[in-house]
Amino acid sequence: MRFRLKEGGRIDRTQRLRFTFNGQSYEGFAGDTLASALIANGTHLTSRSFKYHRPRGILTAGAEEPSALVQLGEGARTEPNLRATQVELYDGLTATGVNAWPSANCDFAAWTGRFAPLFPAGFYYKTFLWPASFWKSLYEPVIRRMAGLGRAPEAPDPDSYDKMNVHCDVLVVGGGPAGIAAALAAGEAGARVLLVDEQAALGGALLGLRHHVDGADGAAWAEAAANRLATMPEVRVLTRTTLFGYYDHNSLSALERRTDHLGPRAPAGTGRQRLWHIKAGRVVLATGAHERPLVFADNDRPGVMLASAAQRYVNHYAALPGERAVLFTNNDAAYEAAHDIVEAGGTVGAVVDCRPEPAAPLAPALKQAGVPLHIGSVIAATHGTKRVRSVTVAKLGEGGGPSSEQYRIYCDSVLASGGWNPAVHLFSQSAGKLAFEEARGIFLPGQATQAVEVTGAANGSFGLAGCLAEGAAAGARAAQAAGFGDGTAPPIPSSDAPEPGAITPYWLAPGQKPVGHGKAKHMVDHQDDVTAADIRLAAREGFRSVEHVKRYTTVGMGTDQGKTANVNGLAILADALGKTVPEVGFTTYRPPYTPVTFGALAGRDTGPLMDPLRRTAMHEWHEAEGAVFEPVGQWHRPWWYPKPGEDNHAAVARECRAVRDAVGILDASTLGKIDIKGPDAATLLDMIYTNAFSTLKVGRVRYGLMCGDDGMVFDDGTTARLGENHYLMTTTTGNAAHVLEWLEEWLQTEWPELKVYCTSVTEQWATVALAGPKARDVLAALAPDMALDTDSFPFMSVKEGTVAGVDARVFRISFTGELSFEINVPWHHGRHLWEALMEAGAAHGIAPYGTEAMHVLRAERGFIIVGQETDGTTTPHDLGMDWIVSKKKPDFLGKRAWSREDTRRDDRKQLVGILTDDPGTVLPEGTQLVDRPGRPPLPMIGHVTSSYASPALGRSIALALVKGGRGRKGETVHAAPESGFVPCKITEPVFYDSEGAKRDG
Amino acid sequence: MAEALAPRSPLAALADALAAVQAEGVTLAEQPARARLNLRLDPKDAEALTAAGAVLGGSLPRTPNTAATTVNGKTILWLGPDEWLVTGPAAEDAALEETLRGRLEGRHHALTDVSAMYATLALSGPRAREVLMKGCRLDLHPRAFAPGACVQTALARANVILHQAGDVPTYEITVRNSFAHYLGTWLLDAMAEYRPA
Repeated sequence: MRFRLKEGGRIDRTQRLRFTFNGQSYEGFAGDTLASALIANGTHLTSRSFKYHRPRGILTAGAEEPSALVQLGEGARTEPNLRATQVELYDGLTATGVNAWPSANCDFAAWTGRFAPLFPAGFYYKTFLWPASFWKSLYEPVIRRMAGLGRAPEAPDPDSYDKMNVHCDVLVVGGGPAGIAAALAAGEAGARVLLVDEQAALGGALLGLRHHVDGADGAAWAEAAANRLATMPEVRVLTRTTLFGYYDHNSLSALERRTDHLGPRAPAGTGRQRLWHIKAGRVVLATGAHERPLVFADNDRPGVMLASAAQRYVNHYAALPGERAVLFTNNDAAYEAAHDIVEAGGTVGAVVDCRPEPAAPLAPALKQAGVPLHIGSVIAATHGTKRVRSVTVAKLGEGGGPSSEQYRIYCDSVLASGGWNPAVHLFSQSAGKLAFEEARGIFLPGQATQAVEVTGAANGSFGLAGCLAEGAAAGARAAQAAGFGDGTAPPIPSSDAPEPGAITPYWLAPGQKPVGHGKAKHMVDHQDDVTAADIRLAAREGFRSVEHVKRYTTVGMGTDQGKTANVNGLAILADALGKTVPEVGFTTYRPPYTPVTFGALAGRDTGPLMDPLRRTAMHEWHEAEGAVFEPVGQWHRPWWYPKPGEDNHAAVARECRAVRDAVGILDASTLGKIDIKGPDAATLLDMIYTNAFSTLKVGRVRYGLMCGDDGMVFDDGTTARLGENHYLMTTTTGNAAHVLEWLEEWLQTEWPELKVYCTSVTEQWATVALAGPKARDVLAALAPDMALDTDSFPFMSVKEGTVAGVDARVFRISFTGELSFEINVPWHHGRHLWEALMEAGAAHGIAPYGTEAMHVLRAERGFIIVGQETDGTTTPHDLGMDWIVSKKKPDFLGKRAWSREDTRRDDRKQLVGILTDDPGTVLPEGTQLVDRPGRPPLPMIGHVTSSYASPALGRSIALALVKGGRGRKGETVHAAPESGFVPCKITEPVFYDSEGAKRDG
Repeated sequence: MAEALAPRSPLAALADALAAVQAEGVTLAEQPARARLNLRLDPKDAEALTAAGAVLGGSLPRTPNTAATTVNGKTILWLGPDEWLVTGPAAEDAALEETLRGRLEGRHHALTDVSAMYATLALSGPRAREVLMKGCRLDLHPRAFAPGACVQTALARANVILHQAGDVPTYEITVRNSFAHYLGTWLLDAMAEYRPA
């Protein structure tokens, strides 16, 4: 740690940490970031740049870092593109720089930099255009490998993540002096306060400065404030937490890094990261400011960094940026960085100030310390390859170009400061307007659109005293707006920091050759390798909108979203276009402020918790019997129950035979059930269904079709009349919630006068369908008191009684064509009923059957399934179900739509049966039908909606929707699966027991 | 007879995990089966309101998102302007329904037995709120959600009726049977962080 100061800083010298970077071993101290530890070891080269593979180093000390991007960790835990400036050091940390192979030090692809003239702005829009087939196979894969950042992990993430929802009266974003003052003021007023800060400890910029607040060291004051906040029961402080998204209605999202800083010592059971969803009454943004780089020739060489970053490394981490630094500035404030380095025992080789007559208050002190001052001068060149070795300083001549008065100054670090940009990212995300201030060349928060206030440096108040005062006032105001306190700010702490001083905006320093000529690059966007020349080229090529220039040059489009690049890029564009900055406008900041892991966004919604798996009362029985499950909505229904050695075909065929020849049982609990009560219940049902329910007798059941007001079928099911004013409706499994909403919508919006209440009872009842010629025998054994003969219990009727000792409702309805009873018992007794039926049916060869057998059985009988035979464009008439459409009812939903010309066409797709000429061919569902084989394109006349091997018929069967199909029975058409044309005949859509002889057993 | 048969809980498969759960500052337990009646009636029908209140031993709560406990030991959850969930000890199931139905005879109403439709989990302890905050978007802070508050909301990915039954705080989470296993699993997972070391 050659560049570590003997004393000072906020690191813990008693805890030595070992780490590996780019294959080399290093040591650092607890409290270091990866970047500060590298700098303490004299390493600035971290990675290679995105496009030209130029050597890149550490530019900043915070979230705005565009270039020191690293791949952290290995294997399943590796994470790409992390900013070394934000990675807290832990013992055993391993990391590599991104975009370098085999290493940042010796990068194979660095040759691309030599061909830079071939890769101007928008080069991929101009080249690689021909031949088209090469794009996917050659150009894209190669470019993707060459350009780009880190590697995504390939193994499943071993860590866990979770989410937390929190509400507060006042959210303070940023734990610097302004944010602390705001949180204290709001907290003392009694408001519920949430203070969020991305660093490990509160203090913000104070941690990198030597200033005092209330007589104490800035960091000590911040710590004392944190302790005070901790005593306030309604204040919550989240450190290591980045507020990354600001959405409508003061909804915000933050990412808390709970164990990242512990590395392998993270405690088990604690999620690695936590996503916070925040609802705030008022938001106080105290997000500070980012120092702006100066754009000069080869300003991206390792060793070139922001002045404030160097200052922070010295003061916070006790690490000197190098042997000898040169400061390049356009403002007074940056002199403090040079001053602090000198104070700490470092060497500053020169101060280069582009202003003709600067009057920085610290200039005399630096002069006295022997630091030469070059005023009205710029850095016109940097020298060195993997580290800056010297710079050429040029006195500016008339007209702003370099004069011949030039000096070579030896240095291994360059501190550059172009002033400060308020961090208005979150304000911009909140849809607040930005306003440009000409004097300092900064964007300030303007008109807000949400309950938000920006304070401190983020509001352009760069002085410490101003931050403390503004923050306290903002906190008190926000609390008052939320109903706490009278808005009076508490006493403002005193501070000893000087005012920030003067600045002259300076956007582009001339090099030794005109910008864009020669090898030197004036880097604007360090992450995406966008130069001043690229932006000027875009302007020359006719781009005028800042949004277009952004996309064409990619300036500001990296993972850093151009935090260091945007304002410089904009000013250079404005200059090239001969416009002012406000005339050019500004691009919108979007979430996330810094990248967020997918793991955190997923939270616990992974694996078994990804989506609820809805279970019936008999679910565990099905599981124990080895059922294969089919997802139906969120339900998991038994698909079939394979016996040892059976494949799915054998299992389904056996289950079908059991129902046709003996008896089977199906778990039908998932069907929707809606209890409908009230004097107008019958009126409602007459309007909802196509057929009449007011004529249904008590104790009887009727099948009904439900259509939308477009006349298209959207649900079906049976509805029983349990009393004069009491019906029980059943719906399809997937539509249960939708049908209830449908009924409510009509009742609440169109027919509020109807006296009727609808209540979902889907999960009050467990339902078992008992089907097959032996069904009556099985039920009789369990319901000795119930008369089950056809006269006492006719088809389409309902009875209440006791089954297996449980109160039950039994419906005589059938979805298989066989004699069938649907037995409903309270859900809690569903498993008992099921097991009792299995036992009672054992002697009759009872078999449980799944949804696949159910589908086969109903298709044999020609019963439709909504969503299979219908697709939202199918009318009852298309299905050949005119018989269910009332001709007497004056009105009902869907009726009017059938008078439209389109619904009366003769060539609409109509439901038919399809029998392949080869009885062994089972067509894939969805297969298109054509009139005759030929070379595509062919006119398509319809498609197969259901298709099965039918055990009862010993051959394949299919249902299909065919244009004008009802008039084409007996005709031969051709199905067109991928394997070739299959001749088949159009038939009636009923294949089995078309007279219904089997339904009574 | 039906009464003789013990109901099987939709949380039966999680019974062992629920019995074994240990967390500092928060407990989770399934509540015994109870009688539940869904009651719909017109809130403008004063006579019907009075009749229902007389049977239940206290008036139906009219303030949205609240619950009321009656002198007869019933808890009445407000579900909507014209909808309540009346709960009481399981043994009263049929009798309560019959009495209510009798008293509301002639008034437009719907009384529906939904006793077998839900499971109820009680989450209790100083950390209970934090567990809920992991999956509930509502503001559960005591200033916004106090004992007696009752809402229908999403907890993780299941719809629940969330009723704060006590100021410990204790929350009663009522969930439809088919979602109970998912929700129980989710709650156990959310509590895992507080397992004693």
